[in-house]
Amino acid sequence: MSSEWPLWEVFIRGQHGLNHRHVGSLHAPDAEMAIHHARDVYTRRNEGVSIWVVRSADIVASAPSKKGPLFDPANSKVYRHPTFFDIPDEVGHM
Amino acid sequence: MYAQLVKTDAARLRTLDEMDPQERAFQERIDAGEKIEPKEWMPEGYRKTLVRQISQHAHSEIVGQLPEGNWITRAPTLERKAILLAKVQDEAGHGLYLYCAAETLGISRDEMYAQLHSGKAKYSSIFNYPTLSWADIGAIGWLVDGAAIMNQVPLQRCSYGPYARAMVRICKEESFHQRQGFHIMSVLAKGSDAQKAMAQDALDRWWWPSLMMFGPSDDASVHSAQSMAWNIKQDSNDALRQKFVDQTVPQARFLGLTVPDPDLAWNEEKGGFDFGQPDWDEFYAVIAGNGPCNRERLQARKDAWDEGAWFREGLSAHARKKADRRMAQAA
Repeated sequence: MSSEWPLWEVFIRGQHGLNHRHVGSLHAPDAEMAIHHARDVYTRRNEGVSIWVVRSADIVASAPSKKGPLFDPANSKVYRHPTFFDIPDEVGHM
Repeated sequence: MYAQLVKTDAARLRTLDEMDPQERAFQERIDAGEKIEPKEWMPEGYRKTLVRQISQHAHSEIVGQLPEGNWITRAPTLERKAILLAKVQDEAGHGLYLYCAAETLGISRDEMYAQLHSGKAKYSSIFNYPTLSWADIGAIGWLVDGAAIMNQVPLQRCSYGPYARAMVRICKEESFHQRQGFHIMSVLAKGSDAQKAMAQDALDRWWWPSLMMFGPSDDASVHSAQSMAWNIKQDSNDALRQKFVDQTVPQARFLGLTVPDPDLAWNEEKGGFDFGQPDWDEFYAVIAGNGPCNRERLQARKDAWDEGAWFREGLSAHARKKADRRMAQAA
C-alpha cells in the first residue's frame, strides 16, 4: 500500500491586498501540516500574509480539450471592451 | 548542469513534415513560444525526457544540501551559520518545487525517491565532491550556484509551464546563494595568509568539477538537438561553459586568486577566454557512481528517508485519528 501523503494546492495572499494566488503544491498528511509546509516552502521571504490550502483531488478543472468551446465565443464579442466605442475628443475623459 | 546527460529516446530529429498531425500541432505550439500545460496532449518522448530532466534536477537540489549541511554546525560566526541554514533550506525548497513539477507529468513522489535511492536516477556530479574546509562553502556558492544560474535563467522560458514557473521561483532565490558564496571568498581572500591559502585551495579543487557541471560537449548530440527543438534546453553545454568561464575568471582575479588552468588565456578575436578541458574520464567515473563521495551521499539520503519513516507514519496516524473523530462527531 502506498503511504504517500495526499497532494495539496497552495494559494498565498501577497502583501498588497490582492487575491490569493496559486503558487504551487505540496504533500502533507492533513490540512494543519499542509499549512505548516506551505509556510516553509512558499513564504520564506515574506511572500504572503495569508495561506489557503486545498486538496488537489477536490479541484474540478475544465478539460484542455474544451478550450475552444469554452473560450472561443468571447473572441467575437469585442463590444465588451470599452475601447470598442469611439468617444469624440471634445467629450473628454469618460 | 544540475541535469547532465539527459537522454531523449530520439534516434534523430524529425522535420514537421514527418510528424503526424497531432505531434506537428504540438511542435508548432512550441515553435510559437506557447507553454505546454499538464494534462494537455504531449508526445511520450517529451513527457519521459522531462520526467528525467526535472527529477534529476530535483534530486540534485536535495543531495546538494549534504555537502553544505556538513558545515552548518561549524560555520565561523552565528551570522554565517544563519545564512548557511537559510541557503540549505532554500535547496530543500527548490527540490520540492521541482518534484511537484515532475509529478504533473504522471510520476509519483515515491517513485522518484525510489529511483534516487536505488541509484537508477542520477543527480549532478558536483555533489559527489567533499567539503574539506569552510572556504569550500564559499566556493560552492560562488562557482556551483553560479554555474547553476547560467542554465536555470534560460529555463524560466522553457516550454513546459510547471517547470518554467518552478524555475522563476528558484532563480529569484539562487542569486542570494551565489552572492553569499562570493562574499565568503572575498573575506577569506582579504584575510591572513592562511585564509587566503584556504580560499585558493578551495578554488583549485572546485574549478574543474564546476566546469564539468555543464556536461561534455553536446554540439553533435541528437538528445541535445531534440531537447532544444522541444525548448527544454536552450544553449549547448559548450556555450554555457564558455559563458561561465568568461564571467567567473574576472571575479577570481578581483579576489586575487588564480584559476588553476595553465591554458587559460584571453582570446581577443572571439571576445572570450580560451581554456583547458576538464578530465572527462573523471566526470564519467563520478557519474557512474565512483566519485569521492557517491556512496556516502546516497547512504545519507537513504538513512534520512528510512530514519524519518516513524515520524511520517506518526503524522499519517494522527491525520487518520482526527478524520475518524470528525466522522464520529458528524454521525
